[in-house]
Amino acid sequence: MDELIFIFASASVINNFTLTYFLGLCPFFGVTGRLDTAFRLGLANIFVMLITALASWVLNSFVLPYAPYLRLITFIIVIASTVQFVEMVIKKASPALFRALGIFLPLITTNCAILGLALFSTNRGYDLLEGLVYALGAGLGLTLALVIMAGLREETELAGVPKLVRGVAMSFFIAGILSMAFMGFAGLFHGS
Amino acid sequence: MAAEPQRAKALDELVKGLWRENPVFIAVLGLCPALAVTNSLTNGLVMGLATTFVLVGSSLLVSLLRKVIPRPVRISVYIIIIATFVTTVDFVLAALMPVAHKQLGAFISLIVVNCLILGRQEAFSSRNSVGLALADALGMSGGFTLALALIGAVREVLGNGSLLGYPLFGEGFEPWVIMILPPGGFLTVGVLLVLFAWGKARLERRWTS
Amino acid sequence: MAAREPGSLRLMATLGFAGLVSGIVLVGVYLLTQPRILRNQWEALNAAIYRVLPGTTSVTTLVVREGTLSPYEGATGTVPTEQAVFAGYDEAGVLVGFAVPADGPGFMDTIKLLYGFDPGRRVIVGMQVLDSRETPGLGDKIITDERFQQNFRALAIDPSIVAVKRGEKAHPNEVDCITGATISSEAVVGILDRSAREWAPVLQPAGAARGEEGHGGRTAAR
Repeated sequence: MDELIFIFASASVINNFTLTYFLGLCPFFGVTGRLDTAFRLGLANIFVMLITALASWVLNSFVLPYAPYLRLITFIIVIASTVQFVEMVIKKASPALFRALGIFLPLITTNCAILGLALFSTNRGYDLLEGLVYALGAGLGLTLALVIMAGLREETELAGVPKLVRGVAMSFFIAGILSMAFMGFAGLFHGS
Repeated sequence: MAAEPQRAKALDELVKGLWRENPVFIAVLGLCPALAVTNSLTNGLVMGLATTFVLVGSSLLVSLLRKVIPRPVRISVYIIIIATFVTTVDFVLAALMPVAHKQLGAFISLIVVNCLILGRQEAFSSRNSVGLALADALGMSGGFTLALALIGAVREVLGNGSLLGYPLFGEGFEPWVIMILPPGGFLTVGVLLVLFAWGKARLERRWTS
Repeated sequence: MAAREPGSLRLMATLGFAGLVSGIVLVGVYLLTQPRILRNQWEALNAAIYRVLPGTTSVTTLVVREGTLSPYEGATGTVPTEQAVFAGYDEAGVLVGFAVPADGPGFMDTIKLLYGFDPGRRVIVGMQVLDSRETPGLGDKIITDERFQQNFRALAIDPSIVAVKRGEKAHPNEVDCITGATISSEAVVGILDRSAREWAPVLQPAGAARGEEGHGGRTAAR
């Protein structure tokens, strides 16, 4: 149980996927203009991550030992299919959200966070439960980063930022400070 | 078509990726690797070269096959091609440069979701001749590698007092450790983005005056 | 002037063909590179084993079956695919000790290390950090600090391994931590103590059956 708590805490805050591993940057710098959109995108990511964790565990356990060179291709196919599926569901359930998310929904496929999750999980040899906890932690951490970033962007929109710095550069500086803040979580679980 | 304009066009494609349309600093593409692996110049270079291999290879193949790939499934085919190149470079690196491979870890595999590569196939290689596609790929990867090398060098010099692993300053140098940690990555790119924007603005003002 | 839309059969055939070619290329690359990759991995691990068991000249891979140690039956000269320890023997064929891999949470992320254990004297004779992501310049001193390394030349595991502040080491079972890297040092101590508790009962001097040429068991076809 301790192990699982550590995995969860590590993925969500101590080694936040976005602020420590630089995964999931496209949506991080792109969609974060509005808080509620950022939050819902985060949820969509969590869902895709959980499915990916499950599928990659199945692949790693039963299929890939015979063909390890197919790992990357099969992971991508799984992710692309899951995102396609999520897209259809959102389109049916809430067309407004579908329009709001726009291009960022299919872009979840190329979101390094999803593939990164599957690869990191594989490298660390997590079993099914550990993999799911890791996915949940990573997804929540990603959502947290997205939401905080969106909130900060909203706040600084009206501030007097120099013209050259406005836009992406400003986001990077905010991200840098955010990343530093999150470093404070290190040592949350030093083993003894 | 005369050879002269063709050569000039190819050269133009090559150069645009280095400065005018630099993938990292102008188009802000392919960020994930740019930050995660640039805690040293060496890592930045290896990543840049690996990406170059994938982009050039994929672009050549896509351009060669552009008349044969059916439109509805073209993205899937591009992804299969790119994933094959990435898996190949991953294995080759693990075999030939195990230390670098260990440093870069899963980020080599993450080249496959680098929007830069898929983007170039869709926007350029699938619509242009092999020669032009090659020039474009080389230019873009060149710009990308330069960007990674720049970020890596800045972070390594400031955060570790070394370059390519060789210590630059004496014993008394107190490294600015934050630079080789994640926040340093964000801050370095932020500063470089501002510099590039400033440079671009100055050049544009000179051309229009 | 729209071209005729290709039929679904053509689309699937294209994808199938692309997948097939890709598969073939990858099999080829895999077969070409795997031997080298496996050798690189083993060489790195082997170097660490020799470093944590000073005086070793040959190594046997062992796994635990039904509570006792028995030779690993995988291919020789490769990193074992299951939980294993490594027995080191000196030139005279005498057991130097066991190299045990262990890991646990550090300050930033998981720390993986290898330590050498002498079952006769019940001491740790060497420790090497294999993988860590500790703060550069601070926590990563667990790798670079010479004085910290000295702790592990003859570290008693009884009654338990204990971390103390730098300069306060008074007993053989204590580890002098690094100032400025307390948490990383304590993490290492925790990892070693937990692992020693777990392995000491199993790692009996007599339990290490010596392999034929000292390298793993039979080469089993995989």
